[in-house]
Amino acid sequence: MNKTINQKAWFFVIPVFVLVAFNAVIPLMTVVNYAFQETFGNNVFMWEGTRWFKQIMLSERFHASLGRQFLFTFIILFIQIPLGIAIALSMPKEGMGVPVCLVLMSMPLLIPWNVVGAMWNIFALPDIGFLGHSLNALGFDYNFTQQIGDAWFTTILMDVWHWTSLVVLLSYAGLQSIQPAYYQAAEIDGASRWAVFTKIELPKMKKVLTIAILLRFMDSFMIYTEPFVLTGGGPGNATAFLSIDLVKMALGQFDLGPAAAMSLIYFFIVLLVCWVFYTLMMRNEGNQ
Amino acid sequence: MKKVKWIVPTIYIIFLMLPIYWLLNMSFKTTTEIINTYTLWPKEFTLENYKTIFTDSTWYTGYLNSIYYVVMNTVISVAAALPAAYAFSRYKFLGDKHLFFWLLTNRMAPPAVFALPFFQFYSSINLFDTHVAVALSHCLFNIPLAVWILEGFMSAVPKELDETAYVDGYSFWRFFFKIFIPTITAGIGITMFFCFMFSWVELLLAKTLTAVAAKPIAATMTRTASTSGYELGLLAAAGSLTIIPGAIVIYFVRNYIAKGFALGRV
Repeated sequence: MNKTINQKAWFFVIPVFVLVAFNAVIPLMTVVNYAFQETFGNNVFMWEGTRWFKQIMLSERFHASLGRQFLFTFIILFIQIPLGIAIALSMPKEGMGVPVCLVLMSMPLLIPWNVVGAMWNIFALPDIGFLGHSLNALGFDYNFTQQIGDAWFTTILMDVWHWTSLVVLLSYAGLQSIQPAYYQAAEIDGASRWAVFTKIELPKMKKVLTIAILLRFMDSFMIYTEPFVLTGGGPGNATAFLSIDLVKMALGQFDLGPAAAMSLIYFFIVLLVCWVFYTLMMRNEGNQ
Repeated sequence: MKKVKWIVPTIYIIFLMLPIYWLLNMSFKTTTEIINTYTLWPKEFTLENYKTIFTDSTWYTGYLNSIYYVVMNTVISVAAALPAAYAFSRYKFLGDKHLFFWLLTNRMAPPAVFALPFFQFYSSINLFDTHVAVALSHCLFNIPLAVWILEGFMSAVPKELDETAYVDGYSFWRFFFKIFIPTITAGIGITMFFCFMFSWVELLLAKTLTAVAAKPIAATMTRTASTSGYELGLLAAAGSLTIIPGAIVIYFVRNYIAKGFALGRV
């Protein structure tokens, strides 16, 4: 659509600008304030320069939680994206099954995050939970509160449970937008199922999949509540992802300076990755 | 082939329903049954847990608080986003692309980064522990989302609609409310659904900004889980009840969900 140039459009944007700035700029300035100074309360500040940043960048604790965070995000992307596409491909295209699938699959998305954590905690408890009890009955030595591997397994399974539906819904919407003519043409040409997938369906889903990956990256990178309720970051620090570690530092130990510096580094990483994605996405839109 | 296709979604849905079933199952059990035995369905079926929640004010006010700030946030977000989305979909103006990306960055900001400054900021303006504080703080991620979704719907409306209305002598605001908004009701419905959803499921900010008066149900649950030990039955009942509002909302927008996602903007 060709848009007219109209500077008065700013008036329409002002309410949004004010509300978001109110919430984003002022608190962000507080973080910046803490990141460069040392405080002993009562609004007494001492300039610290980049000391906190150096401390965080060099600390093993930060490297460890950043490493865990990237590992977690890559694992869940690696599972959720292909799984989501596979489920979307096998979903019914019309009839009664469509609303049933959509409503049931959306359920996990609408459950408060701490309830998700609590639910999985109850579900996975080795003695009284269905998952834990069944695994132990099958002969696995499973206890997510004590064994690191089990804690990771449970956290990842929970995230797959919680968010795969988002990928399914996005991919499904992408598939629905393909006109039947494409499939008919493929049939006439005698294309194999695999060829239909790689030559027709996948390219058509490219845009929604970019968004799915972007959203899943962002949200899994910020994950806090679910693992906090499920494992509390434990056993030890095994599942203490970035947000959990950050809140522990800021609100638990009240190390405001390092915590603020870590916040800024954290935010910067998310922004950088998202900016790359956003640019790619906009370029795709330009091509179409 | 047709039959095989049904298997994948069916298995997936069973996988999704299992933890939910387990939660419901627990909520109808007595505490002794939960702790002492492992049963696949309640042996002594009880509604005691639900009764406690509906009669104890510390529990049910949690629900009212949550619903109160979620509705408030949804209204604020959509009301503010409507004119802004219109501006983004119809006009070019100074810094529009940068502004749009800046808005989106707030959807990307980890709430953990904002927890402490939000606490101090809202305390300093005397809004701590009010519903307004939570509703306003959730605008941080809901307004960018609302603008994004609405902009998609508005761009799909041909510009000729606007021009015809002006030729017919409509003033801008009369056109906006009488013609434009009714044509994008589906889009507004979906936007409200997503605002509702993200405000309903968020806990970190809601918990940080409240103490007693505006405490959300989700935070009430966390407290119970950590302090009074194993009241799993109560916890399960409270958890089961938090699924209901989402289920109701999703029922209303079920026909639009796929369409909303189809725009690829969530």
